[in-house]
Amino acid sequence: MRLFDLRLIIAFLFGLYGVVLVVIGFGFTTDEDLKKAEGVNINLWAGIAMVVLSAVFAAWAMLRPQFADTDKQPLKEL
Amino acid sequence: MSVLAEADLRLDAGPIDYALLVIYFVVVLGIGVMARRSVSSSLDFLLSGRSLPAWVTGLAFISANLGALELMGMTANGAQYGMATVHYYWIGAIPAMVFLGLVMMPFYYGSKVRSVPEFMRRRFGKPAHLVNAISFAVAQILIAGINLFALAVIIDALLGWPLPVSICVAALVVLAYTTLGGLSAAIYNEVLQFFVIVAALAPLTIVGLIKVGGWQGIVEKVTDQEQLSAWPATELTGINNPVWSVIGLVFGLGFVLSFGYWTTNFAEVQRAMSAKSMSAAKRTPIIGAYPKALIPAIIIIPGIIAALIVPEMAQLKAGDTSGGVAYNDVLPLLMRDLLPNGILGIAITGLLASFMAGVAANVSSFNTVFTYDLWQDYVKKDRPDEYYLRIGRLATVGACVLAIGTAFIAAALGGSNIMDYIQALFSFFNAPLFATFILGMFWKRMTPTAGWVGLLAGTFTAIFIYAISEPSFGINLLELPGQGASFLGAGLAFVVDIVVSAAVTMVTRPKPDSELVGLVYSLTPKEDRAHSTTGEDAGWYRSPALLGGGVLALTTVLYFIFG
Repeated sequence: MRLFDLRLIIAFLFGLYGVVLVVIGFGFTTDEDLKKAEGVNINLWAGIAMVVLSAVFAAWAMLRPQFADTDKQPLKEL
Repeated sequence: MSVLAEADLRLDAGPIDYALLVIYFVVVLGIGVMARRSVSSSLDFLLSGRSLPAWVTGLAFISANLGALELMGMTANGAQYGMATVHYYWIGAIPAMVFLGLVMMPFYYGSKVRSVPEFMRRRFGKPAHLVNAISFAVAQILIAGINLFALAVIIDALLGWPLPVSICVAALVVLAYTTLGGLSAAIYNEVLQFFVIVAALAPLTIVGLIKVGGWQGIVEKVTDQEQLSAWPATELTGINNPVWSVIGLVFGLGFVLSFGYWTTNFAEVQRAMSAKSMSAAKRTPIIGAYPKALIPAIIIIPGIIAALIVPEMAQLKAGDTSGGVAYNDVLPLLMRDLLPNGILGIAITGLLASFMAGVAANVSSFNTVFTYDLWQDYVKKDRPDEYYLRIGRLATVGACVLAIGTAFIAAALGGSNIMDYIQALFSFFNAPLFATFILGMFWKRMTPTAGWVGLLAGTFTAIFIYAISEPSFGINLLELPGQGASFLGAGLAFVVDIVVSAAVTMVTRPKPDSELVGLVYSLTPKEDRAHSTTGEDAGWYRSPALLGGGVLALTTVLYFIFG
C-alpha cells in the first residue's frame, strides 16, 4: 500500500491559510477589527505562525522524504 | 446539548471566512480521493495496512478524542468549574494513555488482532466476543449520532442552516471521505484537524489573555478563589467532603473511567493498531499524551476567560439564566467577541472539523468491528478479501444513515444532560470491559465463560445504577448529581465484573495454556512483547518507556504549578 505524504498536505493547507491571513492582516485590517482583538493584529500574527508551520513541515518532508512504510509485506490474514 | 441562543450567537462570517472553510473541505475530500488510490485490500481500508509512522498515529489518537464533547464540554467545564477541569486531562487521561502504550499495546499489537473484540474472541472465545462486538457497535452508533447532532447545532447557529439540513450535509461529508479512503483518510484528516484546532484556539486564547490582563488578570478577577486551584474539586464531583471528593476523582475518574475509556475504546486503540511497528504502536498513545497534557491551556483557559469577559457568560455564572446562553456556548461567544474576519473563518473551520472527526472516528471503528467481528465471523465466512472490502464500504454508508437517525433521537431528547448521558454510556461499556481485560491479561486461569458472564454482570450493574439515579426514569432510589452517579456506576461495574469473573472461573474450565500464548502476560515470552530498537525504531528518543516517564513527569510538574 502506498501512502502519499501527509506532511506536504499540512504544508500546503497552512501555507495557503498563512498567506491569506498575512494579506488580510497587512492590507485589509480595519480599526474595528483591531479593536475587537484588543489592538492585536491577530490575522497578521496568526498568518505568520502558519507560514512558519508550513515551512517546517515542507522542510521536514524535503530532508526526510520517506514517510510511511511502503515496502512492507502484506500481513497474513487471521 | 443545550440549544444555542437564538439571535446573539450568529457569527458575523464574511466571504473570506467561507472561503477558508471551503478550502479546508476541498482538501479533506481530496485526501479521501487520493487515499482511495492506495487502498487495495480490506486491511488497507480498515487498518491502513499497518504502515503509519508514530507521530501520525499519535496525533490521530488524540484528535479522534478531540470532538464535540471535548471542545464544547471542556470549555464549558472551564467556565463553570475553573481549574478543576484539568483533572479530566491530567488524572483522567495521561496515566491511562501511558499504561495503554507500555503494558497493553504489546498484546494488542503483538497478537495481530484487528480490533478490540477480536482480542476478546481469541482470549475468551465466541460468546464474550459477540457480547463485546454488539455492545461496541451499538455504542458507536449512539455516540456518532450525538456528535452529528452537536455538529449540526453548530452549523445551524453559526451559519444559519436548519438543523435537519445540517445533520444530513454533515453526514454526507463524513460519508464521502471515509467510504473513499477508509481509515487512512480518517487518520490523515484527524492529524490535519489537530493543527486546525490549535490554529483556531491558540489565537483565541492569546487575544483573550491580553484582554483580561494575562494570568495575573485572571487571578485578580476570579471571584471564587477556589476555582483557581484544581484540588479538591468538590464542585466538579458533587461530593462535599474534600477527602471523598479526591478519592472519587482518583479512583472513579482516574482509574476506572479513564483506564476503561483509553485502554479498551476501539475508536482510540484502532489508531495505534495501524502503526507500522511494535515500537510505533507503543509510542502512539504516549506521543498523543504530550499534546493531551498541554492542550488544557487552549481549552480550559478560554473557558475561564469567557466567564470573566463575555457579559452573558458572567451573568450566567452569577446565577442569572435569563441571558439565553449556556456554558456550552463558550467558544462561539468568545469567537464572536474576539476574532475578526479571517481568523474567524479558521476558528469556524476548526470547530466543524473537530466535530466531524468525532463522527468519522465512530464510523470508521464501527465499520471495522462490523466487517471483521460481526459479518465475517457470524454471517458470511471465508469469502475473498474484496468481498469484505466491499462490506466495509457498505457498513460505512449504513453507519452514516443510522447516525442520522440517532442524531435526530439526540435532537429530540435535547435537554442539557448529553454529557451525563455519555458518561453513563462509558460506565456501561468501558468500565466492565476494562475489568475483564485486565483480569484476562494477567490471570491465565480466567475461563471463557467467566469472560462473558463477568462482562454482562458488570454492564447490568452500571445500567442498574443509571436506572435508579437518573431523575427522568422516576425511580430515584439514589440521589447523586449526574457525574457522581456514573463515577459510582463505573466503580461498581468494575468491582462486580472482577468478583463475578473470579467466582465463575472457580467452577468452569480454563483454556489450555497453548491457546493463550501472546494473549496472557505470563504465557507471552518477553521477546514477543519487546519492540525492535533498530532502523526506524532506533534512538533513545524513540524509547516508549522513556517517553512515557517523560510525560508522567511533565504532568506532575504541571500539577505542582497549576494544581
